Amino acid sequence: MSQTLPEPPSSWNRRHLLGLQDLSVDELRTLLDTAQQLKEATNNCREKLSLLAGKTCANLFFENSTRTRNSFSLAAKRLGADTVEFSSSGSSVAKGETFIDTAKTIEAMGVDWVVTRHQTPGTPHLLARELSCSVLNAGDGPHEHPTQGLLDILTIRQHRGNIDGLTVALVGDIAHSRTARSNIWGLKKLGAHVILCGPSTLVSHRWRELDVEVAYNLDEILPRCDVLNLLRIQFERQTTRPFPSVHEYANLYAMNTDRMRRSKSDILIMAPGPINRGVEITPEVADGPHSVILEQVTNGIAVRMAALWLLANAPHNSSTSEPIVH
Amino acid sequence: MTPLLIENGRLVDPSQSIDRVARVLVTGGLIAAINPDDGDLPPNVRRIDARGRIVAPGLIDLGTELREPGREEDETIETGGNAALAGGFTTILCAANTYPPIDSPGAVEFVRQKAQRARTCRIHVIACLSRGREGVDMAELSLLAEAGAVGFSDAPRPTSNSALLKKALEYCHMLDLPIYDLPLVPELTGTGVMHEGRVSTILGLQGLPTEAEDLAVTRDLRLAEATGGRLHIGPISTLQGVELIKRAKQRGINISASVWPQTLSSMTDKELESFDARFKVRPPLRNERHIEVCREALIDGTIDCISTGHTPRAREKKVNDLDLAPFGMVSLETTLASINTDMIRPGLLSWPDAITRLSTRPAEIAGVPGGSLKPGSPADIVIIDPDIAWTVRGDAFQSRSNSTPWEGKQLFGQATHAIVGGEVRFERHA
Repeated sequence: MSQTLPEPPSSWNRRHLLGLQDLSVDELRTLLDTAQQLKEATNNCREKLSLLAGKTCANLFFENSTRTRNSFSLAAKRLGADTVEFSSSGSSVAKGETFIDTAKTIEAMGVDWVVTRHQTPGTPHLLARELSCSVLNAGDGPHEHPTQGLLDILTIRQHRGNIDGLTVALVGDIAHSRTARSNIWGLKKLGAHVILCGPSTLVSHRWRELDVEVAYNLDEILPRCDVLNLLRIQFERQTTRPFPSVHEYANLYAMNTDRMRRSKSDILIMAPGPINRGVEITPEVADGPHSVILEQVTNGIAVRMAALWLLANAPHNSSTSEPIVH
Repeated sequence: MTPLLIENGRLVDPSQSIDRVARVLVTGGLIAAINPDDGDLPPNVRRIDARGRIVAPGLIDLGTELREPGREEDETIETGGNAALAGGFTTILCAANTYPPIDSPGAVEFVRQKAQRARTCRIHVIACLSRGREGVDMAELSLLAEAGAVGFSDAPRPTSNSALLKKALEYCHMLDLPIYDLPLVPELTGTGVMHEGRVSTILGLQGLPTEAEDLAVTRDLRLAEATGGRLHIGPISTLQGVELIKRAKQRGINISASVWPQTLSSMTDKELESFDARFKVRPPLRNERHIEVCREALIDGTIDCISTGHTPRAREKKVNDLDLAPFGMVSLETTLASINTDMIRPGLLSWPDAITRLSTRPAEIAGVPGGSLKPGSPADIVIIDPDIAWTVRGDAFQSRSNSTPWEGKQLFGQATHAIVGGEVRFERHA
C-alpha cells in the first residue's frame, strides 16, 4: 500500500486538526485528496493497511457519540493503529477530575493522537496547548466538527467533481451546529455559495457578516440549491424553545417529496445525522435516490484516516509554530 | 507614629483642585499641612522623596470580593487587603457574597474584626440587601448599618426582584445609605460566557447580550427616580447603558454608576478566540464600539467612577473549559496600571480626573472617609510611579488568586507606597 499512496506533502506541517476556519485552501485540498486516495486504496474503507502500525489513537469522548467515535476507531484500525476508548460517564471526570487532567493521564499511557469530543467550544484548543501528542477535534460544542465538514465536502466533490460555483444550503439549527460552522469555512474557501436557512431564532442575522446568505424561507431558495445539508434540531443544546412546535418546524423546513419535486433534478440531499425522520427529512427523501447520507458515513472513515495519517507525518516540532487559535 | 513628609512629588488632589509639586506633612495619622514651612516640621519626621511620582489620595474600591468566610481558597480578608495596598487602594468595600453571606450583624462584625487584625487597608462592608442573598425579603438593613455596613447589595447577583429593590430603596432613605445593584436580567444571560456578537457566533459560545444589562439599567433608573433612593449601578459595559444613564442624569435622577477596568481596556471579545478562561469575566470583554462609548462616558463624567471588579477565583477553578470555569479576575493590582496604560498615557484622561474617579467620587458615593488630602483628613495616601513598565504575572500578585486577563501584558505605572492613617503599610522596593 505504501507504494501506491504518495508521501504526505512537505507543506503539511500541522500536528492538530482543530477546525476548518484556520486551514488554507491547499490544506483542505490535501486532506480531501488524501481521503480520496485512502478510500480507493482500502477498497471503499473496507480493507486494512499498516501505515500507522504501532501507533495508538485515544478516543476521549466527553459527550455521547456513536457514529463519530466508531468512525474514528475504524479509521485508526484500518491504518493499523491501536485504539483506546474513553467515555466520561463513570470515569474520573464524573468524580470531579477536569477533562484536561483526564486527557493528560491518558496521554501519559503513550498515545499518538487524542480524538476529543466535548460539549464546550474550545476544549480541543486547550488540549492542544496542554498535550504533546496530536489533537483531533471530533466536535466541540456548537463550535466546529472539522472531519464532519470534510466528509460532507468530500461527498459533494465526489458527486459534482468540484465545489467552486455550487450553491449549498445548510438548513436547520444553525445556531447550535458545529457541522454548520465547519461546513461554512470549508465550502466558502473552496468557492461555494453558502445559504443558511432556518427559523430566525436559529439563524441569527449576524451570520451575514461571514459573507453567507441567510434565508428564512426554504421554498424560496430551493430552486437555486445544488446541495441541501439538513441539520438536526439540537434540542439538547437549546435553553429556550426556538419555535412553537416540531410540527410547525417540519411544515416550514422538512425536506419532503413535494419539495423534492420543486428542486433541481440533480440536487444532493445530505444530513450529518442522526436524522430525525419526519422532522428535518421525510423517510422517502432520506431513503430516496438523491440522498447521499450513507455515503457520507463511508467517507467519514476515509477523511479520518487521512487526518490521522497526515497529522502523524507532520514534523514533530510543528506544533510550536502552528497557530491553534483562529 | 512617625510623622511623614512626602516631598518633591506631584500632588494631585481633585478635592482641593491641586495639581502641582508640593509636599505633604502627615502627623498623628492625619494630613497636617500642604507645603509646611521647614520650621513647622517635627524633629523626627521621616522623609519620602516622591520625585517623578504622583502623590494622591489613596484609591477607593467600591466592590471587592474578599471571599472570606467560606471561600478562603480564592481570597482572604488579609490577602485581599494586601493586594489592595499593592494596587494603591487604601480603602475597599467588600462584597457580601461569602459563605455564609454577610446578612447578619455578626457577619459584619466578623469581617470588620478580621480586617482590623490584618492591618492592611481600610475595609468596609457592603452587607446583603436580602436575607441569605436570596433576593426575596429585605435583610435587617438597619441592624446591619448599626454593625457598620456602609451599603447594601446582593451582587454579584443582580436584584431581580423589582419589588424588593423598590422597597429597599425607600427603606434606605432613612438610613441614608446607598444600594449597589449589578444591572443584569439573568433570564437573558442564561449560560452565556462572553459578549454576544459576531465572535460568539463564530465560536459557538453562548453569548451575554447587551440587552440583559440595558433592560436592568432601565428598570433601576426608573426605581431610583420613583423612590429618590441612593442607587449605585455598576458595572456598566454597554453603549446603550451609558446612554440611559446620561439621559437620567440630565433629568436629575440621583444615581451614580461605575465601570470596571476591563471595559475600558484595549481587550475585546476577540480575546475569547483563545478559549482561555482568564478572559471569562463579567461584564464580558465587549467590542470596540462599547469600549469607546464607555471610555467617553468615564471622561465626561456620565460614569462616576472606576471599580476594580476584583473577583478572585482559585487557580483550580479557572483551569477548566469555558462552561465550567467561573467568571472572575483579580484586578486590585492591575487597575491603576491598566487605567494609566489605556486611558492616561494615550491622553484620554488626566491624572486629576483619574484620581477623581478612583478616589474622590468613590468616597463620596460610599460615604466613607478618604478621597481627599485636605488638612485634618485621614492620611490615606498613594504614591504612584506612572512610568514603571512591568509585565503582569498573576503568580507574583499579593492576591491568593492569579487569574487576570492582563496576564503577560505590559502595563505602565504602579503604586510605590500605600499609606493608611499615616502609616506606610505598603512600600514597593525596586
